Amino acid sequence: MLIKVRKPWSLDERDVTPEALFKQRRRFLKTGVAALAGGLAGGLLSSQAFAAWPEAGDMLSGINKTAFDPGEDLTPFDQVSSYNNFYEFGTGKDDPVYAAKDFQSKPWTVEIAGACAKPGLYDFEDLISPHQLEERIYRHRCVEAWSMVVPWVGLSLADVIKRLEPTSKARYVAFETLLDPERMPGQRRAVLQWPYVEGLRMDEAMNPLAFLTVGLYGRTLPPQNGAPLRLVVPWKYGFKGIKSIVKITFTENEPPTSWNRSAPREYGFYANVNPEVSHPRWSQAKERRIGEFFKRPTLPFNGYAEQVAHLYTGMDLAQYI
Amino acid sequence: MSYRLLWWLVFVLMATPLLQLGVYAFTGGLGANPIQFITRHLGDWALRSLLVALAATPLKIIFGWTWPVRMRRMLGLWAFAYVMLHVTNYVAIDQFFDWQAIGTDIVKRTYITVGLGAFIILATLAATSSKRAIKSMGGKAWKRLHKYVYIAAILGSWHYYAMVKADTLPPLIHISILCVLLGIRIWQYLKRT
Repeated sequence: MLIKVRKPWSLDERDVTPEALFKQRRRFLKTGVAALAGGLAGGLLSSQAFAAWPEAGDMLSGINKTAFDPGEDLTPFDQVSSYNNFYEFGTGKDDPVYAAKDFQSKPWTVEIAGACAKPGLYDFEDLISPHQLEERIYRHRCVEAWSMVVPWVGLSLADVIKRLEPTSKARYVAFETLLDPERMPGQRRAVLQWPYVEGLRMDEAMNPLAFLTVGLYGRTLPPQNGAPLRLVVPWKYGFKGIKSIVKITFTENEPPTSWNRSAPREYGFYANVNPEVSHPRWSQAKERRIGEFFKRPTLPFNGYAEQVAHLYTGMDLAQYI
Repeated sequence: MSYRLLWWLVFVLMATPLLQLGVYAFTGGLGANPIQFITRHLGDWALRSLLVALAATPLKIIFGWTWPVRMRRMLGLWAFAYVMLHVTNYVAIDQFFDWQAIGTDIVKRTYITVGLGAFIILATLAATSSKRAIKSMGGKAWKRLHKYVYIAAILGSWHYYAMVKADTLPPLIHISILCVLLGIRIWQYLKRT
């Protein structure tokens, strides 16, 4: 397969924190420190503060660069891989980086089921290797009103779907995360109904932006980011980007989705980024880009309206949230 | 241990979560989204300090300890300090004085409305916490006013419960503790009458 292991210390330019961001962070710390510094007792240092840096995955090779680049500063790797909503590894955003540390995603199989010509149990590598890996830099907007810019590595979901030859009955694609409370300790509590499920309408799944992701920053996905295989649909809120996928099903009817099932009034099936429609408990008009102090306005469809707005013509997006 | 030493010990303990933030600011412990971390941390400790203050009377009822009741003013003022920092952080850092957004939050988001209620009550109680205030208000009226701390605690817990996404366990733990603390008072009241 395409994964080539390089020495863990061989970093490239991408690993460098952008200078502007570095300075901004300094500034933030200085103001924060000035405000909060009192007598600081050394004994108060917690273990959290000295935790190990998130481990990077294996280096991926043969990645094509594509035109998907918003030209914005990338969110540094350590922040992308230490600030995660992945309830299978705990409900705190700093939980997964610790709880998923030893999660093994090799070997991995993905079951393809439903209305298609090529169902079956696919080895992860067999599913991925016929395709060309590409890097795409996407904005990532969480429903909680924070955002990042991430250089993902993966393959066009449309290409994979075409290869699986869905039939005319396939109107939706449903995805399912691994169910294994032994390996995913967060599943021992029914915070959500496990396993996590997500879905797309077929035309959404076939949109060129929909991305089946195997890596970030040129390396395989860290477990806390959804190793080994996750979905990235940048015009939708982050929770649509289901992680650690073990099953893909082509269905005739709209499949259930986890957050919609948990709180239907707050999370819809579509979950398109929409500054006009508030979450019942907070505004979606602005977002905080990780690493920035001031909030920035949220863009319709997270800035991808040109590519995806046509999918929803005639739909009342205040109703279909 | 002398009462004075104990008072300072408790005072420093109550200051610890604040010092913790200072240390985290130096060591990167605030994580990728420091503003949210600070908001949550101050909010958590505002509610916890309030629960500590509300534990004074039950400790007297059950164990006969009187020292917690004697330091109740200090405990209550710490609770207010955390609430005030929590609110200041929300207004000045999180929303950066975007009064329109703050107004919308207050009107449209129940958990913010409820939180504001708790803040107003605690501010009033903090403003009337001096010996002079007790004197000028008269003991009876002062006591009646300061009973509103129960409402503030209920609103504070509600605020916490209503803001979480799916994992309601942490707020429910806080609510259970509040129920125990209020329950002991009710039990005591019923026993007397």
